[in-house]
Amino acid sequence: MVVQCAEVWREVSNYLDGEVDPGLRAGMEEHFRGCRHCTAVLDGARNVIQLYGDERMLEVPLGFSQRLHRRLEEGMPGRRGNAFGWMMALGFAALMLLSFEVGNVAQSTTLQIRSEQARSRIHIPADLVVVAVSDGKIFHVPGCKFIHDKDKLQTMTASEALRQGYAPCVRCLREYLSESRGVVPSEAEMARLELEDPE
Amino acid sequence: MPETTASLGQTGESRDEEALIRRIREGEAELFYELIRPYERRVYAAALAILRNEADAEDAAQEAVLKAFKHIRQFRAEARFSTWLIQIAVNEARMRRRKQQTVVVEPMVEQRDEEGPYTPRDFADWREIPSETLERAEVRQKLAEALSSLGQKYREVFILRDMQQLSIEETAKALGISVPSVKTRLLRARLMLRDLLAPGLGGSWSKALSFQKGSKPW
Repeated sequence: MVVQCAEVWREVSNYLDGEVDPGLRAGMEEHFRGCRHCTAVLDGARNVIQLYGDERMLEVPLGFSQRLHRRLEEGMPGRRGNAFGWMMALGFAALMLLSFEVGNVAQSTTLQIRSEQARSRIHIPADLVVVAVSDGKIFHVPGCKFIHDKDKLQTMTASEALRQGYAPCVRCLREYLSESRGVVPSEAEMARLELEDPE
Repeated sequence: MPETTASLGQTGESRDEEALIRRIREGEAELFYELIRPYERRVYAAALAILRNEADAEDAAQEAVLKAFKHIRQFRAEARFSTWLIQIAVNEARMRRRKQQTVVVEPMVEQRDEEGPYTPRDFADWREIPSETLERAEVRQKLAEALSSLGQKYREVFILRDMQQLSIEETAKALGISVPSVKTRLLRARLMLRDLLAPGLGGSWSKALSFQKGSKPW
């Protein structure tokens, strides 16, 4: 097959990609042997592919990967992806909501625990000393950095706090809020709950 | 490329990614980091090919990865995950470009590929490239400048095919164009870059770099 320069220029890219049929390939190779110009075009095109195909040509901005992962974390339902953990967080949010509702309805009346089973998912020792903001909704371990209004703290036992309708802080009392390890709310959920913190 | 299970050869890649994707769908969301790690650069480069601005490209890349995670159930195993991911990045970047352009009137010539045959301008020998050439930041800069001087449709195809090493079919799929269009644009992109970089015309960039006589990179 006799191949002219114009055809080489039209097919040189396909030639480099192995996309020409054997007959044309043989014809082009024959042409390259006798045509210095087309050989220069072929070599140059191959060099372009080699230069730009180098990994060093694909630089990403510094910190790109970290920022990408952070964005993903924010967008994911739970960083650990633990469905049970997510359900736990939802359940806990419901518990908090319930405690607000009960608190509103009961006003100044004291709440009675009808059954220990009613709080089976909370394993805070009854006599643990905790603090709560008098007009808040959450009780904490003394010194918890998430206490918002330190001037109005009342000290009491955990059982008293629960009896009064306070909900446990999901951060400082985290270790007591699950039946087993591994189902505690993830950091991302904690951050979310923090935003919803009623205090 | 990072050493992850997903960056192995194509067969191993497909098999491992399939398992990863299945586990992610079953709730192990944290495995998504592992799934995308080998492709982070590619997603960014795909977005940059279209947006030309680093900050916009990064934002589009992040959004694309997040969309891939949210829609992982829609991924079909017959496609490669990397192609699917890059397709999302391309779409995201195009959407942003459309928003950036208040009046979108692409010239008709941009819509067509049939500009006629491309005639090379430079016939000087350009045989070997020392591999260390790319260590020089100014060389990389000049290559980037040459690339950015290409028209949008040529840049897109060239970046996906020759820089990201997608196949011609994958490039066509990612950009939503035909295989013959990819081939035509690729040919022009390669030859235009060759003309821009080859030493015969004074080396538009070798001149700019003020190489000493006999010390050109090629």
